[in-house]
Amino acid sequence: MSAASPDDGAWRPSELELSRRAFRRRQTWRSVLVSVLSTLVFAGLLAWAVLGSPGWARVAETFFDPGVALASLPRIAEGLLLNLQVLVFAAIGVLLVAITLATLRTLRGPVFFPLRAIAAGYTDLFRGVPLLIVLYLVGYGVPALEFFPRLPAAVWGTIAIILVYSAYVAEVFRAGIEAVHPSQRLAARSLGLSHAQTMRRVVLPQAIRKVTPALMNDFVAMQKDVGLISVLGAVDAVRAAQIETAHYFNFTPYVVAGLLFVLLALPMVRLTDWVTARMRRREQIGSIV
Amino acid sequence: MSRAAAEAQPPAVPEGEREPVLALTGVRRAYGEHVVLDGVDLEVRAHEVVALIGASGSGKSTLLRTANLLEPIDDGVIRLAGRDISDPRVDADAVRARIGAVFQHYNLFPHLSVLDNVTLASRLVHRLPKAEAERRGRELLASIGLADFAGAYPDRLSGGQQQRVAIVRAIATGPELLLLDEVTSALDPELVGEVLALVRSLADGGTTILMATHEMAFARDVADRVVFLDGGRIVEQGPSREFFAAPREERTRAFLARVLPG
Ligand SMILES: Nc1ncnc2c1ncn2[C@@H]1O[C@H](COP(=O)(O)OP(=O)(O)O)[C@@H](O)[C@H]1O
Ligand SMILES: [Mg+2]
Repeated sequence: MSAASPDDGAWRPSELELSRRAFRRRQTWRSVLVSVLSTLVFAGLLAWAVLGSPGWARVAETFFDPGVALASLPRIAEGLLLNLQVLVFAAIGVLLVAITLATLRTLRGPVFFPLRAIAAGYTDLFRGVPLLIVLYLVGYGVPALEFFPRLPAAVWGTIAIILVYSAYVAEVFRAGIEAVHPSQRLAARSLGLSHAQTMRRVVLPQAIRKVTPALMNDFVAMQKDVGLISVLGAVDAVRAAQIETAHYFNFTPYVVAGLLFVLLALPMVRLTDWVTARMRRREQIGSIV
Repeated sequence: MSRAAAEAQPPAVPEGEREPVLALTGVRRAYGEHVVLDGVDLEVRAHEVVALIGASGSGKSTLLRTANLLEPIDDGVIRLAGRDISDPRVDADAVRARIGAVFQHYNLFPHLSVLDNVTLASRLVHRLPKAEAERRGRELLASIGLADFAGAYPDRLSGGQQQRVAIVRAIATGPELLLLDEVTSALDPELVGEVLALVRSLADGGTTILMATHEMAFARDVADRVVFLDGGRIVEQGPSREFFAAPREERTRAFLARVLPG
């Protein structure tokens, strides 16, 4: 086709469409303005209420001391590195254990009853027990058996997190597996694929796609729960903040640690929102309401 | 099963005749009290096209699923090329690898490209090298005019295109038998023709086909033989033109009167 020029019959928006667009643009500007103004007013009121409160001076001193924040930052950041390591290993471990559990629960036939039952019992158990209790049991109880060589507290912490989170994530995977239409399994088996091949090549890839937003949410939750390994004495960001707090008689290090955790989680939170929105768009093409 | 065991199998038909590709004898399937297949005897010979017709719920899909062991049977024998495949010792995956099947809908794998859909079984089950499988896959796609869609995902295709890909995927590994279960019934009317045309060309090319269909005109024109299923039994069967021109059984006539216009 030739380049567009006014008289080659190419489509150009009608007067009506142009006026609609202008209207929409004005509307957009107006709503942006309104929301900016209301945000400013609300933030101003909040600041006025907090800063004007009788205890603010004391709170500012004990929680928001810039000097203490700066001095404690290196130690806490170093602790956060440990959290990151735990996070990486835990995430890999959780994925492997959860996929295995979910797959075990899909096995049919009486032969596999024990495996199915073990997987079901496992998920019931570890979804019920608070993470903190699992941390104590694994972190102090298992080493006391003296079966294993002495391992750092962070390792036991990682194992405890894997135990608990894999139970949750296994259920997410199971829901995803069940959401794959049974015809897909029939089609795969008709081609001669084995149960395992069907699972690995056809069902799981579709299931994982379906549950990606839910998985990312669990990952975000796990990002902050890795801070709980501090109860086992592992010097992570939270533990480091505790030490610094005791040192300076000031709570600012906790605020610093909290902010670091938020910074750590932020990219994943945004990514999760983006992926979720994208998947929703793909599933609801044509819908604008 | 070992090769020796397969060869030791006595022939199911008299000497001089070739084994039917598929032979069902007294096949029974019930869900609780509800008997869906009530002693079905059916043979499909090499290069034959057999149309399975009957009201909704008459057991057509169930029969097709039993033929490739996706549905257990409660009694009877199913033979593939003379070998008893209803024997529990038979490797069901290996049997299914020799039979192509296409269902009503949701056949294609949405997470795989069109080409990967077509080559999946060649690569995983028949262990063909990837390059070889893809060469064959592209040929097949070209033969149905969808070469340009090799890298696309199934959701880019129309329903008719998807079903045609599903059909070439089913024959990509050169199966001995092709099972088709109402492959056009989920399609918009204007897409039915292209799918039927593909089935017709496969039939003309000598593919052995057992198909459930509600397209009576298509059954009459393309099938060598028509089998009418009602209440879990084969009520009547015969060469397709005779079958439609002069049905013998009252139940057949009643059924045809309901589904045929005019
Ligand atoms: N899993 C099942 N459980 C119980 N009844 C079933 C099941 N699958 C099919 N049926 C019943 O078997 C009968 C035959 O079904 P089907 O083979 O799908 O018939 P058709 O394909 O001819 O419409 C129907 O009455 C149906 O309700
Ligand atoms: Mg059916």
